[in-house]
Amino acid sequence: MLSANIPTQSPFSGGWLSAFGLIAIVLFVAPPVQSQESPYIVTYDHYLEEPGSLEVEYFSTFGTQRAGNDFHAFWAEFEYGATAWWTTELYFDGQTTFNDSTIFTGFRWENRFRLLQREHFLNPVLYIEYEQTSGADKILKEVEGHDIEADYAVPNALARQEHDHEIESKLLLSKTFAGWNIAENTIATKNVTGGNPWEFGYAIGTSRPLALKASVQRCSFCPENFIAGIEMYGGLGDRHSFGLHDTSHYLAPVIAWNLPSDWTLRLSPGFGLNDNSHRFLLRWGVSREFSGFGSAISRLFGGRQ
Amino acid sequence: MTLRAAVLIVLLAASVVSRAQSNSSAPPKGNPVYAELSKVPRKAAARRNPLEADPEALAAGAKLFDLHCAECHGEMAEGGKKAPSLLADEVQQATPGTLFWLLTNGVVRRGMPVWSKLPEPQRWQLVRFIKSLGPPQPPDPNRQKAPHP
Repeated sequence: MLSANIPTQSPFSGGWLSAFGLIAIVLFVAPPVQSQESPYIVTYDHYLEEPGSLEVEYFSTFGTQRAGNDFHAFWAEFEYGATAWWTTELYFDGQTTFNDSTIFTGFRWENRFRLLQREHFLNPVLYIEYEQTSGADKILKEVEGHDIEADYAVPNALARQEHDHEIESKLLLSKTFAGWNIAENTIATKNVTGGNPWEFGYAIGTSRPLALKASVQRCSFCPENFIAGIEMYGGLGDRHSFGLHDTSHYLAPVIAWNLPSDWTLRLSPGFGLNDNSHRFLLRWGVSREFSGFGSAISRLFGGRQ
Repeated sequence: MTLRAAVLIVLLAASVVSRAQSNSSAPPKGNPVYAELSKVPRKAAARRNPLEADPEALAAGAKLFDLHCAECHGEMAEGGKKAPSLLADEVQQATPGTLFWLLTNGVVRRGMPVWSKLPEPQRWQLVRFIKSLGPPQPPDPNRQKAPHP
């Protein structure tokens, strides 16, 4: 079991070092490219990564905790556009609980499949994720089931002894009209360890660039580089007790700044909507997209130029 | 499943798909993507570019092309391994509405992503730039009849 290996095996030892070195070389070779990144932190729209592009992202979540220590959870994300209809992502999660410890909390492998070829009134994308995390995971990438604030007050030494193997599925529905994107995600998660029931959750969001026409010059502060919006997410109970009882919910304004220097910054202050929610979550992220990553990897292994 | 196995599976799957895609991509000439131009609904193809007369649309479109399109279609739109030339007659003779529709919907099964995430005015700016790459178009008689805005 991976979780049992975590304390004894550093992910940066032995062959891993050379693997990361290889990826670093490829990232150096692959040209960065500016993309129009959505501002959402939790909600997904229907847009996938461009084929052959790799987006490297880092996100942070600072959360307040009643009856416990505040925390700073973080994750690194590698998002690759395998095809125009399939995007695959790998996450590595960790967290620092103040006055406690900093620990690695697991990994996630996410896949998104575009179900329809063309744009329609609503555009469905199927999301399938396998995650292997410990009970100390606090990134709050999604809220589901009866996730409540009190779950996060458990000390790390105790929480990390719980090992979760989850299959998470989502139906992502999204539409962009007149510059506005509207997205809705329905979440169904099954923890395959033990007899846990299916858990449910939701995320909805809307966003719009501050300007719809592009300006002539490349500029950092042009309004079209900023996309602002709002998202709301929360749990919907489980198969045995579906509904809002004992669930947590958040409302979070979001903003993304797509810089012409190929970086994207995101910021989102989130506010708990009931007593089961953390009062405040401050999330921010930075990402950079590298186009032609797939071709560069292919060339390294003797593929055609 | 260990972390190492999961990472290897991801890299292997992505590598296989990427390889398959690069092997299946046709050379720029006679690219099957051009055939998609004829599949555009008539009503969409008939749409006029609302930014045709916008003096800034061309330069803004050039900037957008550089940011989003040049990586695959080439810096001069000459085409590349991953995407066909936009200088070809098939593209240059297509109506602005046709190009706009193709940008919006992509050709997903052939590797062209949907670009509806770019706001509509930016897609029209791109169309304006792409159409400027070809030889000068003969004047549109319908356009001359229309009252000047």
